[in-house]
Amino acid sequence: MAWPQTLIDACYFIAALLFILGLKRMSSPRTARGGIVWAGFGMLLAVLATLLLPDMHNRGLIIAAVVVGVTAAWWSGRRVAMTAMPQMVALYNGMGGGAAAAIGAAELVSHAQDLAALVMAPNTLPLMPESWSPLREAAAVTPLSPVALALGVLGALIGSVSFSGSLIAFAKLQGWLDRRFVFPGQQAVNLLVLAAAVVTGVVLATGHITIALVCAFFVLALLFGVLMTLPIGGADMPVVISLYNAFTGLAVAFEGFVLQNEAMIIAGMVVGAAGTLLTQLMAKAMNRSIGNVLFGNFGAAAGGAAQAISGSQKPIEAADAAVMMAYAERVVIVPGYGMAVAQAQHKVWEFAQLLIARGVKVKFAIHPVAGRMPGHMNVLLAEAGVPYDLIVDMEDINPEFPVTDVALVIGANDVVNPVAKTDPSSPIYGMPILDVADAKQVIVVKRGKGTGFAGIENALFYADNARMLYGDGQAAAGQLVTQLKTLDG
Amino acid sequence: MLDGFLALYVFMLAAFTGYEIIARVPVILHTPLMSGSNFIHGIVLVGAMIALGHAHTSFELTIGFIGVLLGAGNAAGGYVVTERMLEMFKSSKPGQRSGEAK
Repeated sequence: MAWPQTLIDACYFIAALLFILGLKRMSSPRTARGGIVWAGFGMLLAVLATLLLPDMHNRGLIIAAVVVGVTAAWWSGRRVAMTAMPQMVALYNGMGGGAAAAIGAAELVSHAQDLAALVMAPNTLPLMPESWSPLREAAAVTPLSPVALALGVLGALIGSVSFSGSLIAFAKLQGWLDRRFVFPGQQAVNLLVLAAAVVTGVVLATGHITIALVCAFFVLALLFGVLMTLPIGGADMPVVISLYNAFTGLAVAFEGFVLQNEAMIIAGMVVGAAGTLLTQLMAKAMNRSIGNVLFGNFGAAAGGAAQAISGSQKPIEAADAAVMMAYAERVVIVPGYGMAVAQAQHKVWEFAQLLIARGVKVKFAIHPVAGRMPGHMNVLLAEAGVPYDLIVDMEDINPEFPVTDVALVIGANDVVNPVAKTDPSSPIYGMPILDVADAKQVIVVKRGKGTGFAGIENALFYADNARMLYGDGQAAAGQLVTQLKTLDG
Repeated sequence: MLDGFLALYVFMLAAFTGYEIIARVPVILHTPLMSGSNFIHGIVLVGAMIALGHAHTSFELTIGFIGVLLGAGNAAGGYVVTERMLEMFKSSKPGQRSGEAK
């Protein structure tokens, strides 16, 4: 049932084409849905073609592994809440990195066994064609050139780091690993582990391949992924996940070169480049450099240096807040991750719809890093049914705040903190923020008087035009809806 | 076969393609796009299948099996979450409604 090679190559070509077109369509909201479907067809085609490659063994085992993997991932992907999306992306990305590392490992191990067999019985090889045929076949499908071997080792290193690093990122965002693990000399230890992994890799790449060395190489690479990710704080995690996403793409491209598989090379490289750019965009939106994210210790010094903030927080009742917005001309709603955690987005959208019905101009303002990663808040609002043309990016909404009557901040904190503009000693100094304080009135829905994700006091809450509506996001939004309905009689 | 400079050209052109596609994307799509590109490197499944398809010893079989398992998880999981996210994006203009009705 093997297909001619040309037909299979054609399938890979079409798959690569569908990936690129799909990704292109995914970059615009109107066509995005179709984009993923196109790419999905490409994947299906590539997998089917691979199954029908000539000289493939273990087809039963392959199908079993695919069915188990697909079922488990499909089931978990269907069930996961939208708020947990970033860690799920991290998890699936880690799997991809692990798969790339496994390809590298399989190549190296089969190489090591060939070499060992040659050393043990160099003269028997031509004399025993029958019993040695599997080995010869293995040697025949892996005639690794030095370049291929080097890229294979490099891909395995990157894939391993992406695998273990992504798992740590997943565990952190999932709340399984609350603490940041920091100890003196950490950078030096990390560097040492990386250096050891690289040296082992170089030895492997020069053709000295033994099973023990291969194992040591993978242990070191996996360990480095863990050590590199552990000290990074939760707020920076999206940047790291995006970086590992790019890593996995590169690893896939390199292993694709080893296997001479064009679809892997092209898809991997496209993701490697796209992921790198996405990482840069995210880091820029957070006003952090990638190096700073990886090697700086965010939040560590946040406690001491903050400027004292004078004034007090002024509370407001839900009824007054509802009236204030009902008779406003323009209302801008600034949602943050706190809103999503409270599952308040549906109530907030209901409230916004009531306001719109009264003739109030309502917009949703999204900070680039609202939620857990750029664009995450858009997904959460879309889940509640908010049309994307009511959602406005930071650059477009900031000039509108001075003519806005009421800004309703719900579950957002650091991204509206004026300290980012005024206090050079603050860790978030220089981060672009939503200029909520420019609005005539600001209402902040907040559970208590605590600080935000970054642990920084927010000067906005003490501003003269700011009023605090204390309560759980969902309950507060529910009260606003009820109060607005009583107004309508 | 892809080798030497030809491979280098493919690497370079693919990298520019990826860069150009993402360069003008609005922030609102960053998360789905990250998830979508995550799905696309699920093509690693194909490589893992080839590795398992050429495995002989039980050690190689184990590595290959884990590889296919992980690759399949990457591809399927990446597809499901991306599709779920993108399905929800809709415009307020009439005629574009999809998904659940209010």
